[in-house]
Amino acid sequence: MGAQDRYDAIIAGAGHNGLTTGCYLAKAGLKVLIVEKNDWIGGAAVSRMLHNGWTYSNCSYVCSLLRREIVRDLELPKYGLQVIPYEGGATFTRDGDYFAYHSDHDALRREIARHSPADVDAYTRFSQTVIRQCRFIRPFLLRNAPDPTSLAPRDLQELLYLVKKTHDLGAREIGETLRFWTVSIGDFLDEHFESDLIKAHLAGSGIIGTGLGVYSPGTAYVLLHHYMGDVDGAIGAWGFARGGMGAISNALGACFNEAGGTIVTGSGVDKFLVEGGKVTGVALENGDTYSAPIVASNMDVKRTFLNHTDAADLPDSFTRAVKRFKIRGSSGKLNIALDALPEFPAAPKGANFLRGDMHCSTSLQELERAYDDWKEGRWSQDPYFDMLIPSQIDPTMAPPGKHMMTVFVQYAPYDLEVDGVRKGENWTDANRKAFADTVFDKIEQCCPDIRSRVVHAEVRTPWDIEREVGLTEGNIFQGELTFDQLLFNRPVPGYANYATPIDGMYLVGSSTHPGGGVMAAPGANAAREILRKAKKGRPMKGYAA
Amino acid sequence: MSTATAVSSTAPNSVPLGLIPTPFLPQLEAVSRAKSWTNWAGYISPLVLDTMEFEYFAIRNQATLFDISPMHKYRISGPEAGPMLERMMTRNVGKIREGRVGYTLWCDEEGMLIDDGTLFRFGPDDYRLCCQEPMFSWLLDAAWGFDVTIEDQSHSVAGLSLQGPTSFSVLKAAGLGAAETLRPFDLAEVEPGLWISRTGFTGDLGYEFWIDWDKAPALWDRLWEPGQTWGLRAIGYEALEIARIEAGFIAAHADFQPVHGAIRLGRGRSPLELGFERLVDFDKGHFNGRRALLAQRRAGLKRRLVRLDIGGFKPAQGALIYHRKRREIGHVTSGIWSPTAKRNIALAELKAPFGGAIKTNLWTEIYLHEEGQWDRRMVPVQIETKPFFQTPRARLTPPAPF
Repeated sequence: MGAQDRYDAIIAGAGHNGLTTGCYLAKAGLKVLIVEKNDWIGGAAVSRMLHNGWTYSNCSYVCSLLRREIVRDLELPKYGLQVIPYEGGATFTRDGDYFAYHSDHDALRREIARHSPADVDAYTRFSQTVIRQCRFIRPFLLRNAPDPTSLAPRDLQELLYLVKKTHDLGAREIGETLRFWTVSIGDFLDEHFESDLIKAHLAGSGIIGTGLGVYSPGTAYVLLHHYMGDVDGAIGAWGFARGGMGAISNALGACFNEAGGTIVTGSGVDKFLVEGGKVTGVALENGDTYSAPIVASNMDVKRTFLNHTDAADLPDSFTRAVKRFKIRGSSGKLNIALDALPEFPAAPKGANFLRGDMHCSTSLQELERAYDDWKEGRWSQDPYFDMLIPSQIDPTMAPPGKHMMTVFVQYAPYDLEVDGVRKGENWTDANRKAFADTVFDKIEQCCPDIRSRVVHAEVRTPWDIEREVGLTEGNIFQGELTFDQLLFNRPVPGYANYATPIDGMYLVGSSTHPGGGVMAAPGANAAREILRKAKKGRPMKGYAA
Repeated sequence: MSTATAVSSTAPNSVPLGLIPTPFLPQLEAVSRAKSWTNWAGYISPLVLDTMEFEYFAIRNQATLFDISPMHKYRISGPEAGPMLERMMTRNVGKIREGRVGYTLWCDEEGMLIDDGTLFRFGPDDYRLCCQEPMFSWLLDAAWGFDVTIEDQSHSVAGLSLQGPTSFSVLKAAGLGAAETLRPFDLAEVEPGLWISRTGFTGDLGYEFWIDWDKAPALWDRLWEPGQTWGLRAIGYEALEIARIEAGFIAAHADFQPVHGAIRLGRGRSPLELGFERLVDFDKGHFNGRRALLAQRRAGLKRRLVRLDIGGFKPAQGALIYHRKRREIGHVTSGIWSPTAKRNIALAELKAPFGGAIKTNLWTEIYLHEEGQWDRRMVPVQIETKPFFQTPRARLTPPAPF
């Protein structure tokens, strides 16, 4: 491969969105190159064997948001993707009890009644509201976000679609929708439920990956964002990708290769090359340059424009808006190799909810205090976590009889505070160990023997995630999912349609509508826009077209 | 020269009423949460044991046990067993070597399918036919003039199907690693009285066990505990049905009507119409239905069973197929959303020339009942030639651990 090759399109970053854009462009007949800084593809959807015999999905770890339209268009199962739903979950209490979130409706009703009889019907109403809102949002995920400030026919058309869909909701539900997009998950749950434990169990989805507390406005939408996916049409269901989340990226990569695309790994983009307001290609860190009239960045909007684009090529107002974009890291992770399944003394032996997502946070107050620590630059002393043992279902993740545990931890700051100074470098080995110890202490609430089962553990802080994956401040969504930076304001007002101030340059990552999660919708939407504007190749075909 | 094993009954002159147990019923009852049972050939058979969804995913991700004891099983042995079967079956039976299993179909004299099944060859003159429909009388008819013994083993031989990517690991963990060398459709007696065939109805890696009725429960117990490490689950018919359609296998009473059970004229279908030309050997000499099938081949097929990729995400079970959205040309016989292929798939019967000379501009109308309101959608369909689900692990020998 020469260092001066010409392509129709270059994509910077082989994350799942970059790969998705690549697949659609290559299938439309474009000659596409994807460049990736790591030696592997996948961005934050990867499977890594960091301890012999154990595979970690060491960033994203469960799958629901991945749009079925894209899976079908790109025939990802043909390239090895298999998504397996998991059942239920639980929150364990300090006094040896638990709330089991059974996937079986009748068992769940009985379990809620065991804790709080008044909450049984409340749960039915709660899920009805959530599903209604999800059904409203889902059609917008694979459409451009309508911009009410624009008079372009396409924007007006999208706006009309929004008005029609909104009208279909009915008057009462429109009010509910606006509330849902702005209220806090804490307030929303307080309206529905009495039991602290049940509220705490449900609140997790409202704060995961977010630099906000359960009582911060906007967190109800974050919950919705986690419920609007599906597994085989079951809205809100989550599953594992067989072989880890890398199976998604690897399937996309295989599809891309078969469509004639090229991936170059091992050197990231140093600079987007621009001449006279038009993009001309990329220069890599290793000195190679590649030319193309279309360049798309899978990096987040801050990293793309503040680190790798010449400020002189951008309008000041745009740069200011990019600087203002909120992308605060708030989550850490432990990936743990276990030599046996840990004991859960509170649960019946072999209980099916142990194969789901497990937590140990028992009240909204406890969750709010966990957030307070983060605001001060500390990791939560009493953290929230989302803990799963996928090897109970997926036989490929660990040696027979051994297990792999993934523990997503909320909250951990990007710029850790030590002696009054906040900076990422404060994440020393000693502090990382102390962070892990805090988490293990809390896991002992449900698994007293956890420490004795650990063979290997990988500790991930927002600082690590930024350095390895490239996500600014380690924010898992490439920018927070708050109303001020959603829809036509994502990533910045005026640039919601994947285009940028630089002619021929696009954004395709989760910084764009409809946002984060392993959804692939931004990548597919961006491909549609690129093909429409480039007037090159065949028009995009398929369910995401 | 034939013997039938009588079904045991409570009194010498009475038969049990209602459904009767297979040898695995105690094991199945122990794991049944759904309490959802069905009647399979008069036996109690699970539709769902826990949840259909998780049972289905265990087939495609882990390992599963499904009780196939209600299958009809007939031992066919004697010096002329081979010639008798050759005369009865449309395929070349001689090509099934000893220690092998073959998929096979058989027809009436009009070339209409009586049933399909698997034929196990134990020795030079020793076979067992496994099928859905009761076939004893037909086998006796077919055996007329041949030196052969037919024995109904339906109630003396139990069957158990172990399917899924970790199924060999389960075998190994249960001390049955000797099955490692079995290739697809191989058959071996791995221990005295325990026969294992590498066969199944899922299109995935899998094995079937054949064992004496009274020794069967111990086999289940032997597999169950060690199997837990490999995610072994018991499953019911509903989960298997999804896997069956993904693999593209046909089922009696869904994709074809066994002609001996059909009352109305013209309900029978020939192997050619069902897409099994490769299993009709016109060159092997005479077989039942040969003349009619030759005539059908000459005249051209009136209908075809095809595999369809259906637009959208809503299953098309029972839907009608149209050409240019207007002319009705056929119907879906088995339709599902495939959770593994992530496609909307179906088997469908199309009237000629559709599916033959004309393969484009085909549509299906899907009816949806959602909260008291009917909705209908006309969606495009595409004819597929390959099975919807194919995995290299199904054919790998020795098999992979998962």
